[in-house]
Amino acid sequence: MEVCNTAAPCAIETKGLTKLYKKRTAVNSLNLSIKQGELFSLLGQNGAGKTTTIKMLCCLLSPTSGDAKIMGRSILENAAEIKQIINVSPQETAIAPNLTAKENLELVAEIYGSTRDKAKEKANEMLSLFKISDRSNDKAKTFSGGLQRRLSIAMALITDPEILFLDEPTLGLDPQARHELWNQIKQLKGRKTIVLTTHYLEEADELADRIGILKNGDLVACGTSSELKENLSRGKTVIIKCAGINGINSDAIDELRLDYPNINVIDCNIEVSSATINYYGIIDCLHRHNIEAENITTKESSLEDVYLTLNKDKEAK
Amino acid sequence: MRYLSLSSRNAKEIIRDPLSAVLGIALPILMLLLFTTLDKNSAIEVFKIESLTPGIIVFGFSFLMMFSAILLAKDKKSAFLTRLFASPLTATDYIIGYSLPFLPIAFLQAMACFIAALILGLAINVHILMSFVVLLPAAVFIIGLGMLLGSLLNENQVAAFGSVLIVVTSLFSGAWMDLNMVGGIFKTIGYILPFAHTVDAVRAVLTGDYAAIFPHLYWIIGYMVVTFSMAVFAFKHVMKK
Repeated sequence: MEVCNTAAPCAIETKGLTKLYKKRTAVNSLNLSIKQGELFSLLGQNGAGKTTTIKMLCCLLSPTSGDAKIMGRSILENAAEIKQIINVSPQETAIAPNLTAKENLELVAEIYGSTRDKAKEKANEMLSLFKISDRSNDKAKTFSGGLQRRLSIAMALITDPEILFLDEPTLGLDPQARHELWNQIKQLKGRKTIVLTTHYLEEADELADRIGILKNGDLVACGTSSELKENLSRGKTVIIKCAGINGINSDAIDELRLDYPNINVIDCNIEVSSATINYYGIIDCLHRHNIEAENITTKESSLEDVYLTLNKDKEAK
Repeated sequence: MRYLSLSSRNAKEIIRDPLSAVLGIALPILMLLLFTTLDKNSAIEVFKIESLTPGIIVFGFSFLMMFSAILLAKDKKSAFLTRLFASPLTATDYIIGYSLPFLPIAFLQAMACFIAALILGLAINVHILMSFVVLLPAAVFIIGLGMLLGSLLNENQVAAFGSVLIVVTSLFSGAWMDLNMVGGIFKTIGYILPFAHTVDAVRAVLTGDYAAIFPHLYWIIGYMVVTFSMAVFAFKHVMKK
């Protein structure tokens, strides 16, 4: 499916983007399109290739093969131009510890070409936007982890980048700081093209317009959260509690397994996962084997189910 | 002129660290006081203020090497460098940005030592100003060495290796002992390294014997060119990583 079009042109387009480290493939022939204004999340475990992808897109690493276009400019040929229109908040908190919050912001603005006066003006805007004004003259090293991360993102945003890369922005933060940062990121949605890497499923689900799942350098799935749940999960999960028996009749399970290969039995609960479930058929089958269904509950698939399914499938291959 | 913003930041990082003032300026002055006091009791030639001051300045410079190396190693560890590498700064901007702020600090160190030395009896004359001609390439060498170590090593390795280098500087510079009197392999090593050459050259300038700064100055300039080139190469390697 074409993601970009005239109305929503591509901010990022990768073609066969590959990075090899000796014998290890960090990113394998990545083909990806991210449209302007989109918040795209790269999801994956540690070592999946998320940071390597970001580093290549930010012109920090040269790809082994393939290319990527950032706002129409090639990372192989136009690195200097690309660096002027992007900014990144790296995985580790990248701040100058002995500088105040305001000085950190001014430094980045000046490095990207702002005059001293303009840098001061922009720094004040960012301090206000990220609610750091009351700590503007405190050294960054005295900040909490959450506040340092907020400052780090503000430093990435002060240059008004066309594309903002956020590499694991909430890694290591407590739940409250994480939710505060999510709110800050949500405010940027639609105004900036944002590429966010994370291994927190709920983060991608909460923030992203689309999600790409990386596994061992391969993009194994890509789509909106609901598309991934619809297309890649095993659909709904039905849990049937069976009463009055000491264990489940294996004949009944064998019969049900013909239609539902993922059937699972835990104590007196039968778990059936499938895109389509014939409730009457299941009840009828159980009834024929003298098993009474006492209670039936249905659970919708989560992104976690999709993620686990993809990981299982990949490992099985 | 973007490198000026980076230079300014790096200068602030160093100046705002209280350890910089203690190790970079207070300790050399304390050593100057200590050895001048010893001179009053023992009248050893190297402890005379005009011999001792150049040695103390070179000793102070070795801390500058540590500051430069630690700053770079810390920036690598904290990913601050990653942020900078993603910016439009060029390789030249980084190299100037990470070396330029240390020059005024080196000047301040040397000035602080000279002022202390003047109070302790060093004759005031134009030779003091001329000594900066020799001290400038020595400072550039030491800053380059710091950049080289900071590029190649991590923070802990810099602390360990830098401490060894400070000891090497103080022993082989001839600051506290006359290398000609010690002689042998100690003297040979001393004059293979640039520190004794710097001390001897500044001593020569302070006595007005400008002809005697050669060949010491050649050694210093040679070390400066080689070390700074290696630092630039190592830094570019860090950028590619």
